Amino acid sequence: MAGTHVYTDYHPRWLRRHVSTYWWLEKWAYFAFILREATCLFVAWFVAYLLLMIGAVVGGADTYLRFLDWSASPWVLTLNAASFLFMIYHAITFFVAAPQALVVHVGRRPVPAQLVLAGHYLAWAAASALVVWVLTRP
Amino acid sequence: MIARHPEPLLWMLFSAGGVLSAMLMPMLLLLFGLAFPLGWLAAPSHERMLLVLGNPVAGVTVFALCALSLFHWAHRFRHTLYDGLQIKHLNEVLALLTYGAAVVGSAAAAYLLWQIP
Amino acid sequence: MQDRITLQVARYRPEQESDITFEEHDVPCPKDWVILDGLNHIKDRIDGTLSYRWSCRMGICGSCGMTVNGEPKLTCATFLSDYAPGPVRVEPLRNFPVIRDLIVDIGDFMQKLVRVKPWLVREVEKPLTEGEYLQTPDELDEYKHYSMCINCMLCYAACPIYGLDSKFIGPAAIALAQRYNFDNRDQGSGDRMAVLSEHEGIWGCTFVGECTKVCPKHVDPAGAIQRYKLTAALETMKSFFLPRGA
Repeated sequence: MAGTHVYTDYHPRWLRRHVSTYWWLEKWAYFAFILREATCLFVAWFVAYLLLMIGAVVGGADTYLRFLDWSASPWVLTLNAASFLFMIYHAITFFVAAPQALVVHVGRRPVPAQLVLAGHYLAWAAASALVVWVLTRP
Repeated sequence: MIARHPEPLLWMLFSAGGVLSAMLMPMLLLLFGLAFPLGWLAAPSHERMLLVLGNPVAGVTVFALCALSLFHWAHRFRHTLYDGLQIKHLNEVLALLTYGAAVVGSAAAAYLLWQIP
Repeated sequence: MQDRITLQVARYRPEQESDITFEEHDVPCPKDWVILDGLNHIKDRIDGTLSYRWSCRMGICGSCGMTVNGEPKLTCATFLSDYAPGPVRVEPLRNFPVIRDLIVDIGDFMQKLVRVKPWLVREVEKPLTEGEYLQTPDELDEYKHYSMCINCMLCYAACPIYGLDSKFIGPAAIALAQRYNFDNRDQGSGDRMAVLSEHEGIWGCTFVGECTKVCPKHVDPAGAIQRYKLTAALETMKSFFLPRGA
């Protein structure tokens, strides 16, 4: 190319490839990501379930017992079993992600990622134990 | 000099909701979703439930759990639809539906908990 | 130990076709050959018109990024024998426009890089007579891994958000901004905040995490982005509750 050559005289047509709507099915990592995001649906379901239960408690002893009976019906049990699995997946993926976002410094040194992770799991265990104790102590 | 838009606040609500739901929901779900209905453990009595939900600390915790978890769902669901299904043109509608539902749900939670004597 | 392997190489010749086509070539597969060696063999011995970028052949220049069997890889750092018995599919890097064959245009990234001011910003330049900036090893460690970025664009190829919306500023640009934000010689984090805190800045990211997985230099752009989300969120809260600054 010499002198006052204008490059755009012939500009090759660039190929722009379109991303498929099903991009998340192309790689296992992408699918695992969508599964992680899907856990939020089960979080919302459990909030609805809790609100139904609180509503039943407010309604009196009878409505509460009827709620407990309903909670034992097959489709509710199945939904809650699935929700439990997704909830575990949510907790684990959230805790694994936390150390990447939370780089805390104690003085000059950063707290190691494993410690941040361990702290989350300990808090999880403590919170779970507290829930059991509050609901089942005599 | 920071750009002004609601994303940072929504992200903080999402994070808080994510932490609370991750910490509390698994055990609550195990108990109220499986253990009590299936009879592995005795379900708390109605009086016990009134006592627990009537306690101010527990009440606030349950409200925070419900409200923040709903915002966690709203934020995550909106982003997944936006990116996963590429329905960007419906962004405002989606935002209204998801965060609106979270607001309504939080109000419902507050109302119900307020009813506990 | 197999001594030959099939390479399925993407071709795109805009003067004669409107889409990518694939050609199959049989290349030698010695133990120490990488994909780039296979491509060079094709260009040297079989078809000299094959076009692709490469330079250092040792994983530091960032030129040879391509999609190998669906994954973004540096072709100089990926062994052919790892894909035995083959075939190995070599395509241009995803999420960028293809100019020709295996060459993509990364101009979008170059524009975004400039916007994050990837250089030391000082309020007042330190005069030479005052000597060097002194930095302890701990202070260096704060940003060192972010400085390892070779601009190879594998992270952009792996990021589904960037693929769906090219307005997203992207992993490497944010990681490089953080490299300077965490450098204690720099005073420019306020300057960078306007660009990073935009809707298509860090807030486009949904923490898929693929960028960190594919990075050949272990930069961890996903971590850089999440850390900045926290910084920006706290800064937004501060600017809201303390508008005149504290």
